[in-house]
Amino acid sequence: MIVNLQRFAAGARPAWQELEAMLDRLEANPDRRLTLEQSLRFHYLYQRAAADLAKIATFSAEPETRRYLEHLVSRAYGEIHETREKRGRIRPLEWFFGTLPRTFRRHLSAFYLSVAITLAGSLFGGFAIALDPSAKPVLMPFSHLMKDPAQRVAEEESAKKDRMDGHKTAFSAELMTHNTKVSILTLALGMTWGLGTIIMLFYNGVMLGAVCVDYVRAGQAKFLMGWLMPHGVIEIPAIVIAGQAGLILALALIGWGKRATLATRLRAVSRDLATLIFGVALLLVWAGIIEAFLSQYHEPVIRYEAKIALGVVELCLLVFYLAKSGSSKPSSPDAPDT
Amino acid sequence: MRVAALSIRTPEGIVFSQPLAGPVSRFLAWAVDAACVAVAVSILSSFMTVVGFLSPNIATALGVLGYFVISIGYGMTLEWLWRGQTLGKRLLGLRVVDAEGMRLQFHQVVTRNLLRFVDNLPAFYFVGGLTSWLNQRGQRLGDIAGNTVVIRIPRIAEPDLEQLLAGKFNSFRRYPHLAARLRQRTSPGEASVALQAILRRDEFEPVARLELFADLATHFRGKVEFPSEATDGLADEQFIRNIADLIYRSGQEGRSKGKVPA
Repeated sequence: MIVNLQRFAAGARPAWQELEAMLDRLEANPDRRLTLEQSLRFHYLYQRAAADLAKIATFSAEPETRRYLEHLVSRAYGEIHETREKRGRIRPLEWFFGTLPRTFRRHLSAFYLSVAITLAGSLFGGFAIALDPSAKPVLMPFSHLMKDPAQRVAEEESAKKDRMDGHKTAFSAELMTHNTKVSILTLALGMTWGLGTIIMLFYNGVMLGAVCVDYVRAGQAKFLMGWLMPHGVIEIPAIVIAGQAGLILALALIGWGKRATLATRLRAVSRDLATLIFGVALLLVWAGIIEAFLSQYHEPVIRYEAKIALGVVELCLLVFYLAKSGSSKPSSPDAPDT
Repeated sequence: MRVAALSIRTPEGIVFSQPLAGPVSRFLAWAVDAACVAVAVSILSSFMTVVGFLSPNIATALGVLGYFVISIGYGMTLEWLWRGQTLGKRLLGLRVVDAEGMRLQFHQVVTRNLLRFVDNLPAFYFVGGLTSWLNQRGQRLGDIAGNTVVIRIPRIAEPDLEQLLAGKFNSFRRYPHLAARLRQRTSPGEASVALQAILRRDEFEPVARLELFADLATHFRGKVEFPSEATDGLADEQFIRNIADLIYRSGQEGRSKGKVPA
């Protein structure tokens, strides 16, 4: 049977056009909320277009009209059946003080796992450099770390001119972008069932452990703390949180003990991944500024005690922020999608 | 096995499908986007050269940050603002959509773009390309993690059925019994071929157009024989117009009376 397409289209066209106009308005302004009457009308128009699609798919091979209707129904379907919370305007403060720390706390086990891997890497790096100091170029392949720590400290403390003068801002920008790229890679490697993320975290730990043991053995623990703590107490947790995000992704991919489909599991963590990585980027911006403008200055320019005290304050604030911020009931839900 | 379309069955039992984008069109869209990023970065560099006269330090910092923001943010920003499209995708008629037909969310856009870091390994999207080639729905790792697919956007204009006769008189309508027989003997597929030939006639080369309508006219003449007074002097294309008009406008005989004879 061939449907009378002309009559069919002429009869249904006003409803299709009305639905299309409503969709255009909704898509142009995602914050728009429909009234009850508008919602009922929208639902009616969607069902009518869906029914028309069913009719035309059954009775005619005419592809143009079918494609048009399929496109219309698919757009309306997304609006009608979307159950995820429709976000309002972006509220940066609410996001920073509420959504981000709550998201972090929702996945504490992944964070602890990330910390454990980093610590394991640090222990390995520390033991390795203690056992074989000649392995320095392998364990921490950076030119400024190749020197004897005592010699470096002596040079830094006796420097007459500011070696950072004239390129502090550029150095800060390079640190921010480099560390953010490393963090994104650490997250993204979660797609290797977590193996890549684990390697990144472990390797970071190895470098950190090796540097710490190298300086402590040379009797430069105070310099080390004064050098690393102002930026490290933010930068290292940021990388660990990126690892947490990578492990969340990996756990969703593997799906141990979960009966949900892969798509459902990934859908459930996708929003949290985006939240965490934006949080990591923010932390790394701060760490980059501190590292370029403060960490590279030592005694006698800045007393080590002052730098260490700043590091301790930053760490306390970070711990307090991640542990307590946003504990009260959120004004808008930020639970993961299901 | 790779499928050609994303099919979704609604709770109402309606199935609709959207054609999936192929690897070649996606690669071309990516190449356009890469060129756009390169142009944006080069404009930024020129600007930073000017800033460099004032402060080389600030210029370098802004250059580094600008490159980072453009290269990472280009895809995210455009796909979010243009509902799943970048410049490349727009040019190639592609769109990123939710794999289950829902509204595309910002975090999905972020996730699929961040995962480019892995898809791009070791270079030139080897991992992403391989995954996309092996995946049933052509998803790279970023699409899998973000639960998205890339579709081709069909031409969505309403079909213009007024073109069938373009206001001309259909002499075949004088023979309703033959018109009924024609409808009875014509399958939906054959009807669709006749209609599409009319709707897309301007897309053909002149010679191909003549040959196509000659073949179609021969085919439909074999189904029902209209009297010679109705067909004499009628070009093949007009013959097919009349046939399609009869098929798709059943029950409206006489509506065209008084119009210009074909």
